Amino acid sequence: MSVASDTQPAPRGRRARSLVKSLLSFLVVVVVTYLGLLAVTFFIGRVIPVDPVLAIVGDRAPANVVERTREELGFNEPLTTQFVIYVQKALSGDFGRSVLTTNPVMTDIKRVFPATIELATLGTILGAVLGIPLGVLAAVRRGGWLDQIVRIIGLVGYSVPIFWLGLLALLVFYARLQWVGGPGRIDVVYEYTFTPITGFYLLDAIIQRDWSAFNNILSHLALPSLLLGYFSLAYISRMTRSFMLNELSQEYIVAARAKGLSERRIVWRHALRNAAVPLVTVIALSYAGLLEGSVLTETVFAWPGLGLYITNSLQNADMNAVLGGTIVIGSVFIAINLLSDLLYRLLDPRTRAR
Amino acid sequence: MSVMGNTTPPPMAEGKLSRREWLLSDRPASRTQAKLGRAYVSWRRFAENRLALIGLIIILALVLVAIFADLLAPYSPTIGDLANARLLAPAWDHWLGTDDQGRDILSRLIYGSRLTLYVVVLVAVIAAPIGLLVGTVSGYAGGWVDAVLMRITDIFLAFPKLVLALALVAALGPGIENAVIAIAITSWPPYARIARAETMQVRNSDYISAVRLMGASPIRIVLRHIMPLCMSSLIVRVTLDMAGIILTAAGLGFLGLGAQPPLPEWGAMIASGRRFILDQWWVAAAPGVAILLVSLGFNLLGDGLRDALDPRSAGQ
Repeated sequence: MSVASDTQPAPRGRRARSLVKSLLSFLVVVVVTYLGLLAVTFFIGRVIPVDPVLAIVGDRAPANVVERTREELGFNEPLTTQFVIYVQKALSGDFGRSVLTTNPVMTDIKRVFPATIELATLGTILGAVLGIPLGVLAAVRRGGWLDQIVRIIGLVGYSVPIFWLGLLALLVFYARLQWVGGPGRIDVVYEYTFTPITGFYLLDAIIQRDWSAFNNILSHLALPSLLLGYFSLAYISRMTRSFMLNELSQEYIVAARAKGLSERRIVWRHALRNAAVPLVTVIALSYAGLLEGSVLTETVFAWPGLGLYITNSLQNADMNAVLGGTIVIGSVFIAINLLSDLLYRLLDPRTRAR
Repeated sequence: MSVMGNTTPPPMAEGKLSRREWLLSDRPASRTQAKLGRAYVSWRRFAENRLALIGLIIILALVLVAIFADLLAPYSPTIGDLANARLLAPAWDHWLGTDDQGRDILSRLIYGSRLTLYVVVLVAVIAAPIGLLVGTVSGYAGGWVDAVLMRITDIFLAFPKLVLALALVAALGPGIENAVIAIAITSWPPYARIARAETMQVRNSDYISAVRLMGASPIRIVLRHIMPLCMSSLIVRVTLDMAGIILTAAGLGFLGLGAQPPLPEWGAMIASGRRFILDQWWVAAAPGVAILLVSLGFNLLGDGLRDALDPRSAGQ
């Protein structure tokens, strides 16, 4: 069926209809996946614990408080009704209150999430900027020393515990060599002079032209972002290499060579442009992975982001906060996954015909 | 798997066959001969890869250390000498030093290999069959069964694994068994995808039709004729995932959600060594090296297995 539409262009009406159809099926996927996420967190929060109310108010709460909370949260309703209420609340951003901070969980998350985004974004940029050229060069000189290095970077990146590498990096570059700032986002000295506006500290410092704070923030960011960048680099360079190997063995490369194009032009213009489409997916997935990996990195670097928020709440049995954080990270994760899928379909003309 | 034909050398001497020629014969006289021959070819291709052999050696060493931990460990992993042996630097008595409880770190690492192996094996034993079952049933049945099962798989595939495992352990309570359950629940979807793809490839082939004509029930076809074919790609994928499983388990241990003290779990050991990282760095460093080594071993082994069993993706 796809062969037919490849050879002779489909009439406009049919194409528009197929576009609407694929968009509709995409929407269905989005809705079903989000409902799935909510169902799983609902299951974790309400069904697994023996008494979810005790998990929220704590086991030392007086009986009337327990009873009132149970009534307020609708726990006396059947599970299906509870789930409907749960979904409605989650969709409006209401994850309940955090026991630890007494704020609504959503307020807390809004406060801490920029720190995580800042870190993951910088890490992904580092990984992509270094990883793509490395992967391309490794594929061009397959079996050469650069290829071996990319291989080793990849192997170690897939095998090393990130929290352990972070601890050692802190020990060497912060405690011993004192090249970079330590845990946290900024030195205590700046706590009172520096006012966050957007929550992205680097941006805030630029807006306020506070260059000494900017340098300090950068020195705090250096280690964790390089660390995340390394993991992103390991993944991106390995995938780039494999995509490029695939492209370089295609016939159009032979044709380009026969035409007399320079090797450089062939590799960087023709092959890389074709490899770029799946690479978008890889970069998006690596970004999503870093958001998730932030849980461990932030714990090591005392980075006040969503990951640290979740682990702190975990240690204090603050189930609302844990599940709220899980839903937010999960939602972003799913959104990135689905968007990269959509982008892939839009960018690659070969998938459009289907 | 038609690798036999390509690699068989022309028969050199007529008459009595050497063992190698018997194995490589392209006209095997019995099923056993064909099986052994194929295993031999795969092994040859695997053994050519030096890195894969190193991986195999690391994993074999891990298994041996775990089995003979009682004989190998010089000290007790849980009871230390609090009076005289707190936070000693690596020395002849304690090759890797001691921790804050005066326990020998090497002994703890040796016993910890059991926990690592336990987690890895248990996750594989739980997750792989789930994935295999979902994938083969979905691929063979097709239609709405396929649509529903794959939708569920996609939902789980789109979840952040570590965060979901965290939330699960938070609800179930910390502990190594719950960590295993959490990791297993989040790691079966890729196996289902692989098994489904393999099933789709063979489901319309002649031999399946032949079995069906002979009156085999769908259950029998899936169990006896499709599942065995999915095994090799599944084993490769599971081996490659082992490193990730170990890292996730260590991460949970590091956050205090995996194995509980005084169990010598490597991730938890790093967490407890964290407090002394400035002056007694070896307490946290040693378990990390152990995790790195074992994960590396599984990655190398998995890469080698993939290249040996699945020549299509070799070298990528």
